[in-house]
Amino acid sequence: MKRRFTIPTWIPTLVFAAAIYLAVRYATQTETITRYWYQVIQFAAITAISALGLNLIYGFNGQFSLGHVGFYAIGAYGSALITKDFGRNPWSGDRVGALSWIIAAQLGILLVLAAFRYLRIGRLRQRVRSTLASSLQPHECNVICLLLTLAITALILAAGYYATIGLHWVAYRLNTALYAALPQKLGVAVNFAVAILSGGTMAALVSYLVGLPLLRLGSDYFGIATLGFAIMMYTALQNSDLVIETMKGARGMVGIPPYTTWTWAFGALVVCAIIMRNLIRSSQGRAIISVREDEIAARAMGINVAQQKAMAFSFGGFFAGIAGALFAHLYGFLHPSSFNMIKGFDPLIIIVFGGLGSMTGTIVASIGFALLIEGLRVILPQGFEDWRFVIYPILLLLVMLLRQEGLLGTREWGWLRAPLPPDRDIPVPPRALAAQRAGGNNSEEA
Amino acid sequence: MNKAIARTALRGLVWLIYAALAAGIVWGIAYLVRINGPVYFVQSVIDGLRLGFVYALIALGYTMVYGIVRLINFAHGDVFMVGAFTSFYAISRYGWGFVPAILLAMIVCTLLNVIIERIAYKPLRNAPRIAALITAIGVSFFLEYFTALRWVFSADYITYKRPFEVVVWNLKGVLITNITVIIVGVTIGLLVLLQFIINRTKIGKAMRATSDDKPASRLMGINVDGIISLTFAIGAALAGAGGVLYAIAFPQIWTFMGIMPGLKAFVAAVLGGIGNILGALVGSLLMGTVDVMVVSFVPNGSRLRDLFAFLILIIVFLVKPTGIFGETQIEKV
Repeated sequence: MKRRFTIPTWIPTLVFAAAIYLAVRYATQTETITRYWYQVIQFAAITAISALGLNLIYGFNGQFSLGHVGFYAIGAYGSALITKDFGRNPWSGDRVGALSWIIAAQLGILLVLAAFRYLRIGRLRQRVRSTLASSLQPHECNVICLLLTLAITALILAAGYYATIGLHWVAYRLNTALYAALPQKLGVAVNFAVAILSGGTMAALVSYLVGLPLLRLGSDYFGIATLGFAIMMYTALQNSDLVIETMKGARGMVGIPPYTTWTWAFGALVVCAIIMRNLIRSSQGRAIISVREDEIAARAMGINVAQQKAMAFSFGGFFAGIAGALFAHLYGFLHPSSFNMIKGFDPLIIIVFGGLGSMTGTIVASIGFALLIEGLRVILPQGFEDWRFVIYPILLLLVMLLRQEGLLGTREWGWLRAPLPPDRDIPVPPRALAAQRAGGNNSEEA
Repeated sequence: MNKAIARTALRGLVWLIYAALAAGIVWGIAYLVRINGPVYFVQSVIDGLRLGFVYALIALGYTMVYGIVRLINFAHGDVFMVGAFTSFYAISRYGWGFVPAILLAMIVCTLLNVIIERIAYKPLRNAPRIAALITAIGVSFFLEYFTALRWVFSADYITYKRPFEVVVWNLKGVLITNITVIIVGVTIGLLVLLQFIINRTKIGKAMRATSDDKPASRLMGINVDGIISLTFAIGAALAGAGGVLYAIAFPQIWTFMGIMPGLKAFVAAVLGGIGNILGALVGSLLMGTVDVMVVSFVPNGSRLRDLFAFLILIIVFLVKPTGIFGETQIEKV
C-alpha cells in the first residue's frame, strides 16, 4: 500500500474551533446577540465540560453515575469561596485565607491517601488474621482486625490533620508572598485560574474518596449510591451556613465576582477536550474502555479494574469541578437549587442524546440542550413555559425507545476521532488470511 | 502456655468490645429517653413507625418490580403522588368516603403503572438494564412536570381534606390518633393479602417462578409478560394506597411530593434486602423510625433528615450491599 498524503485531522478541528470562538466574540462585541444569549452560550460550553466528564464515567468506563451534580457543586462552591475571599472584604478575614486552607486540605487528604496506599494496611490485617485464625473464632478475628484498622486509620487521620495545619502555614506564607509580588490585574486572573483548578482538584479528590468504596457495587446499585451522594450534597449545601456563614445555605451565596467570560469558558472546554481525547486514545484510555466492554475479560487481560474505575471517576469529577467553578463565576450567584436532583439528570440526558462514548456527540448535544431549554422559553407562546420540562422527558423517552445509541452513537469527528494506526507495508501472512476467511465463514454459519 | 494466655487476653478484649458496644447502645437509648422525657421518646418511635408503615407500602412495589425485572422503577414515587391526588379529588370534589377513595386511588394507579410498563419498559426488556433505568427517570420527570401543568393538578401546594374527623387518644401523655390506627391497619391488611397472593395462589407461584428464572418459566407455560404487568399492577396498587395514607398523615400535597418518600422507600427496600418482602417491611420501619428520630433529636434535624437517610443507604451499601435479609449473589460470566 502506498502512503497517501492526508490533512492532519487537527487542522480542520482547530479551524472550526477558532471560527466558533471568533464568531461568538465578534457577535458579542458588535452586540449582535444580547447579554442573555451570551450567557446562554457560555453556559452551553460549561455544560459541555461537565457532560464530557460524565461521558468519561458512564460512556467510556460504563459506570452509571447519578451523582455528577454533587461534584459540580463542590467545584462551584469551593472556587467561589476562594475568589470571594480575594475581593475587597474577605469573609475569612484575609485575602488568601480560604485559598490556603483549601490547598492545605487537599494536600493533607493526598498525604492521608498516600499513607493508606503505602502502609499496606490490608496486608497487615491479613497477616494478623492468619496468625489469629488458628486460636480464635472468625467473629473474634473480625473484631480484632476491625479494631486494628480503626486504630491505624485514626492515627493516620490525626497525622494528616496536623500535617494540614502545617501545610496551611506554608501555603499561607507562599500565597501572601505571591500575590504581593503580582500586579493587581494579573493577581486577579491568577487567582481565578487557581480557583478553577482547585475547584477541579477538590471535586476529583472527593470523587476519588467516594468512588473508592462505592465503585465495587454493581451497575444500578452504584447509580443509586451516587444519587444518594448527590442528595446528601444538596442537603449539606442547603445547611452550609451552619458551618461557613458566607455560603449562606438555602438563601444562596451572593457576591461572587463574575469573572467568567467566553474566553475562559471556551478555553476551559478546549483544554478539557484535549485532555480527555488524549486520555481516551492512550493505553490508559483503552484500559478504561475495556472495563466498560467486559470487566471479567479486562481483569483476565491484567487490567487493574478497580484502579481504572477510580481513575475514570476522578477524571470525570475533575471536569465536573472545573465546570462548576466556571458556573459559579458566570452569574455571581449560587443557590443549592442549581444543584438539586432534577438538575443532576441534565448531563446524563445530554450524554444519552449525544451518544454514549462520543465526545463530539456530547459537545454538540450540550450546546443543543442549552439552546433548546432557553430556546423553548422564547418559542413557546405565553403561558406554555411550563411545557419545557414536559417536552424534554418525552424527547428522552423517544431517544431511549427509538435510538438507544444516541444521535451519534460512538462516532467522532475530526481530531477527536481515534488516530489511525500508521500506514505501513506489512505483508499479511497467508496463514492469517486463511484463518480470517475461515473465521468469516464460521461466523456466517453461526 | 504463653499462647494460651495471649488467646485468653485477646478473647477477653473481644468480649470487652462487645460489652462496650452493647453498653453504648443502651446508654444511647437511655440518653435519648432522658433528654426530653420518656413520653417524647415513645411518641417519636410511634410516629416513626407510622411513617415506616407508609414507606413499606411504597417499598413493596420497588422490591417486587426489582425482584422480577431487575429495574429500579423511578416513576414509582410519582405513581404514589398520583394516588394521593386521585383520592384528593374524590374526597374534596365528589365527597367520597375513605374506603371508596382509597380503592379508586389504587385502581387509577394500577392502570397508570400498567400503561407505563407497556409503553416505556416493555420495548426495553432485552436492552441493557441501564436503558430501562434512564427511561424510568424520563417517565418520572414526565409525570411530575406534566401533572404540574396548570390544567392538570397545578404546581401549588394543596391542603388535603381528611375524609374523617381526627380522634386523639391520650395514653399517659403519648398521643395516638385514629390516623395511626388506620395506617397500621391498612398496611398490615394489604401485606397479609399480598403474602396470601404470593404464597398461596397459582398467580403467586407464577410470580415467584418468573423472578427465579424467566426463560425456564416461559418454557413451563407461564405468561411472563402478563406476570410482569401484574407485578407492576400490584406494586402500583400498594403505592396508591400508600399515597392516600401519606396524604392523610401529612395533609399537604403537591406534584413533587413523591420524590423523597419514593427514594426513601427505595433505600428502605435496599436496607431490608431488595427483592425480599419481609425485608422491605423491616427496612421501611427502620427507615421511618430513623427519619423521625433525626428530626426529634438531632439539632437542626428537620433540615438534615435527608442527609441521614442517604447516609444510611451508603453505609448499608458499604457494609452489606445485599441488605439485612438479602442473599449474596455471585456474578456469573
